[in-house]
Amino acid sequence: MYQYDQYDQAMVDARVAEFRDQAQRRLEGKLSEDQFKPLRLMNGLYLQLHAYMLRVAIPYGTLNSTQMHVLADIADKYDRGYGHFTTRQNIQYNWIKLEDAGDILADLAKVEMHAIQTSGNCIRNISSDHFAGAAQDEVVDPRPYAELLRQWSSFHPEFMYLPRKFKIAVIASDTDRAAMRLHDIGIQIVERDGEIGASFYVGGGMGRTPMIAPNIRDFVPLDQLITYAEACLRVYNRYGRRDNKYKARIKILVHELGAEEYTRQVEEEFAHLLEQGIEPPIAELERIKPYFADPAFEDGPKTVDRSDPDFALWVDRNTHRHKHDSYVSAVISLKPVGGIPGDATAEQMHLMAELAKLYSFDECRVMHTQNVVLPHVKIADLHTLWTKLEAAGLGTPNLDQIGDIIACPGLDYCSLANARSIPLAQKISERFAANGKQDKLGELKLKISGCINACGHHHAGHIGILGVDKKGVENYQLSLGGSEAEDTSLGKITGRGFDEAGVIDAVDTVTDVYLAQREDGERFLDTYNRIGMAPFKEALYD
Amino acid sequence: MTDPQTDLGSSPDGVQFRFRDDETVDHASVTVDSFLEQSNSSAVRIEPGDDARELLPLLDRIALVEVNFPVFGDGRGYSAARILREAGYTGEIRAVGDVLVDQLNNMRRCGFDAFQPDTPMNEADAQAALETWPEVYQATTDGRTPIWDLRHGAGRNE
Repeated sequence: MYQYDQYDQAMVDARVAEFRDQAQRRLEGKLSEDQFKPLRLMNGLYLQLHAYMLRVAIPYGTLNSTQMHVLADIADKYDRGYGHFTTRQNIQYNWIKLEDAGDILADLAKVEMHAIQTSGNCIRNISSDHFAGAAQDEVVDPRPYAELLRQWSSFHPEFMYLPRKFKIAVIASDTDRAAMRLHDIGIQIVERDGEIGASFYVGGGMGRTPMIAPNIRDFVPLDQLITYAEACLRVYNRYGRRDNKYKARIKILVHELGAEEYTRQVEEEFAHLLEQGIEPPIAELERIKPYFADPAFEDGPKTVDRSDPDFALWVDRNTHRHKHDSYVSAVISLKPVGGIPGDATAEQMHLMAELAKLYSFDECRVMHTQNVVLPHVKIADLHTLWTKLEAAGLGTPNLDQIGDIIACPGLDYCSLANARSIPLAQKISERFAANGKQDKLGELKLKISGCINACGHHHAGHIGILGVDKKGVENYQLSLGGSEAEDTSLGKITGRGFDEAGVIDAVDTVTDVYLAQREDGERFLDTYNRIGMAPFKEALYD
Repeated sequence: MTDPQTDLGSSPDGVQFRFRDDETVDHASVTVDSFLEQSNSSAVRIEPGDDARELLPLLDRIALVEVNFPVFGDGRGYSAARILREAGYTGEIRAVGDVLVDQLNNMRRCGFDAFQPDTPMNEADAQAALETWPEVYQATTDGRTPIWDLRHGAGRNE
């Protein structure tokens, strides 16, 4: 994986010094909270309901065991012994003191990590396919391109005060595992006539107005990648709405101008910027690529001993096909029955780090589904790995099952939330484990957001739940039919909302409809797409 | 020796920092609309909603562009300044309004060379801010060689 050189390290060190100074000025009262807010936000520091929250960037979700150990140490030293992995492949700590923030950033900088631009109206951490470099279906590893974009977007002088936050995802396969088209810019690395290039999708997003990004350029040559991205951003910075923060994301601009007019303006700006010579030399991409070269894979057994049914179930559910047939990618579920989705204790993080070192070439990945994956595990090592995971409560075999719930922090932490997400996720996961239905349902992606900002990706859930405030009472709207995969679609609301107990029953009801109506091999989403909303509505409301 | 990147400039009234040696324009600036309607002024003031590109055909008449920041969080002025510099404008670009020390460095990178903040900055803080970043990733028109070029031995601006 990527390693900093002296320049990257100097940038991160400079940021630590700068933030220490800013925090000091705030503590001394030289900065008002209003003046400090945008500065701390660009360092990932939020003021939540009970304390500061620090969000640490994990570029394209990739980290090594040393870094994971430090994340665990931070949880122990500065928080309450745990951390929370997020839907943008980052980690956040919910109980941070402002006085400690500088020290935490310094600890992170020592292992080439930071919290730069993990919030604020700027270009956020670049996300990518969690199976990058391991997936059998990718054209190339997308991470060198993500790394180039990371450097370009770090402290970009023109784009630190955009109309709103800006999220970029990079993938390199037709199967979209990063919800690429639900990003402000989604980039798919593609091959055309033997040449690699970038296909740009702009203007996707979730939030209160979910939109699927249209393709605005199907092939940007690699020696113009940064210039094209810069053109996309400049047009947005110029015209993005600033009068209403709910209409300020680029999706609204692209929607209001129309994809064609937005594209025309980008192309005009692009032509101008090409003359400015802002593109990094192609040698830079060539310098980055070897950091992501394949590790030394070895041939070995290609099957497992399935005599232990629990192990066999975990293999079936939690491992993903690898490009080398003696390996798989193994997903560590952070969704134990009744647990808090995405939470891991310091001990669990230390263990995951150790296992990454022992069994996955010292590498692990954070998934946008709030799980962790060991990308390159020898099939021969799977049983030993699983045994160790089981012993630590990390062996839940529920990847993409109803218990593998994505949920935002909700009203338990977040000052924006209207309703709690975590207790609801816990209760649903308990219900479906206890009644045995999870095993019958197969792939079913359930996602919960505690407010309309949609951090829990409810629009993209096969079943989505949105918490709203109804006259001071928490209320939950149910939606069906969303997907973030290559068949990207947005869920539709079933009808009037439910209270907490009611929405759990409602999830039970819609899954009953599915079980009664499904045809051979159909997933919940397939049945919904075939029979439509009516049978579900009828069961829920009549 | 003075370092034009980081040494705080001397300044006329109201302008706290100025990084140029030429005479300052001694008359008030006019709006972009007035300027385009055949004003004699050589100073123009850009508001966040103005399109700096409208000035490009007339750059040889301009000695001062003030870019107003009514609120620091509105970043349109950064693009405006860069666009002017990219078109070869060499006159003064002055940031006016809610301009804080923490934006100073980015503004310098985008082509601003004078600063007239509503609330004067602490000079030591400003000096420190300008010296924060030893190197930079991106290429702009500010003459700094980006890290990408340092790595590959190609001094873009040399």
